[in-house]
Amino acid sequence: MHKGFQRGKERVIEGALFLCALLSIFTTVGIIAVLIFETADFFGEVSIFEFLTDTEWTPLFANKHFGIMPLFAGTFLTTFIAMLVALPVGLVSAIYLSEYATPRVRNVIKPMLEVLAGIPTVVYGFFALLFVTPLLQSLIPSLSGFNALSPGIVMGIMIIPIISSLSEDAMHSVPMSLREGALALGSTKLQTSIKVIFPAALSGISASCIIGISRAVGETMIVAIAAGLQPRLTLNPLVPIETVTAYIVQVSLGDTPWGTIEYKTIFAVGMSLFVVTFMLNLVSFWLKKRFWQAYE
Amino acid sequence: MKTAFKIKDVNGYYGESHALKDVNFEIGAKTVTAIIGPSGCGKSTFIRCLNRMNDLVPSFRLTGEMLHNGTDIYQKGRDIIEIRRKIGMVFQKPNPFPKSIYENVAYGLRIHGIKNKSTLDDVVEKSLKKAALWKDVKDRLKESALMLSGGQQQRLCIARAIATEPEVILFDEPCSALDPISTSKIEDLFSELKNEYTVIIVTHSMQQAARVSDFTGFFMMGELIEFDETKKIFTTPSNKLTEDYITGRFG
Ligand SMILES: Nc1ncnc2c1ncn2[C@@H]1O[C@H](COP(=O)(O)OP(=O)(O)OP(=O)(O)O)[C@@H](O)[C@H]1O
Ligand SMILES: [Mg+2]
Repeated sequence: MHKGFQRGKERVIEGALFLCALLSIFTTVGIIAVLIFETADFFGEVSIFEFLTDTEWTPLFANKHFGIMPLFAGTFLTTFIAMLVALPVGLVSAIYLSEYATPRVRNVIKPMLEVLAGIPTVVYGFFALLFVTPLLQSLIPSLSGFNALSPGIVMGIMIIPIISSLSEDAMHSVPMSLREGALALGSTKLQTSIKVIFPAALSGISASCIIGISRAVGETMIVAIAAGLQPRLTLNPLVPIETVTAYIVQVSLGDTPWGTIEYKTIFAVGMSLFVVTFMLNLVSFWLKKRFWQAYE
Repeated sequence: MKTAFKIKDVNGYYGESHALKDVNFEIGAKTVTAIIGPSGCGKSTFIRCLNRMNDLVPSFRLTGEMLHNGTDIYQKGRDIIEIRRKIGMVFQKPNPFPKSIYENVAYGLRIHGIKNKSTLDDVVEKSLKKAALWKDVKDRLKESALMLSGGQQQRLCIARAIATEPEVILFDEPCSALDPISTSKIEDLFSELKNEYTVIIVTHSMQQAARVSDFTGFFMMGELIEFDETKKIFTTPSNKLTEDYITGRFG
């Protein structure tokens, strides 16, 4: 009797958990369905060809152009600058933390880096606009008040802990026997780290880089605040631009009426962004799997 | 016979624990020396001192002298890189780098700045031949070393150690992770290797020690109980403890 009650309770709990899981799956499917539906609607009015090849993005003006390229150029530019900052700094700190730092130093530095990751992005955005841009302007007088360079750099700083922490995990889990093998052949510590441990952890390290890239591509606040909201097909880091994500907030925050073509652009642009980050995540997932297989 | 190592009053400590106690003996150049003894008696500790691998253990401390070719390995200011280059090591578990077979063997040369392709090709071939692996891998040098079997990986590690032209090669239970056929292939190597190198092997197999070595040292609880010609150790040991151990009464 008591046992039966216990079993019944287990069933209820199991059922509840299952429903929760189902709910999150439905939400995801729902979001994707809405995206696809609205995107299809959008392409009923604008041709995919124009969307992919037009060099101007002006859906909010009277003379409307729907070329996604300027937005992706902005995203590419800020992401590229961010990785230029985050990759070297992140990887060097990963090597330092994994191979050189004593456990005590590591236990101090790792949490400190993780604090960087916890700062709200809106704070980074204002930091870029009000501190980094003026600082850069004193070095580069031609730099506009809004530009790709400053938010790119700040985004890079934000991504450093992602790269360093995940790469450090990958390097740390390379078996000790490989370090001993390398040292026993007369390698210096630096040679061991760079020629043996780093390559051995490479797929884990690349996965961390891709997660960093996908974070930069998806980052919204910093670029919306400091990059300028001006779609422009350029690779010049000194002038105002707009990224894919910044456009989406811009339109979402504005008073664009429901059902208009301007409104539908959000979904087409959102869908494009989703496809790009989804592919990045797939690559990183595949790399990670390869990494773990190597040590089983 | 030339002396390769002279071990004088060596004591080793992990923190407070006394792992090597007053070890004194000499190891001849171009001989095969086996180190035997029960688990935890300090065999690995001893052999890892010979190329200063134990420097990696922060708590480890050593007193006394270990002379190689007459100079103390632990002398202040000695270049550890140089020592490890002269005194190579092969570990218990094969530990090839996740690189190609070729790059594994060439690694030791590359880190010392040798880039010439034909020199590298030569050394890789010569080393793989000495390690009796050339026939198995000559057509797939560019393949990952991780594709090889355990026994082949271990021979690759031997080739990798040989490639830097050391004077001494240390082996810490090199066959304990291998099947009998791979083991006998590696055992066959030892008698070849001693023509050119001083070979020191830690082993748990008394048969292996008897088969491959010229000299044998028996350790127990950190002490070197007896060191002598292998023949003598296995037929007429002078210490009762040695006799008990080799006849399998304990350990
Ligand atoms: N890194 C270490 N830190 C602390 N103590 C250690 C360390 N390595 C070994 N010891 C201790 O030193 C003693 C000797 O160990 P060692 O590994 O040299 O034995 P061994 O003869 O090689 O044993 P086995 O046959 O099991 O490999 C043991 O008591 C061991 O617990
Ligand atoms: Mg051991």
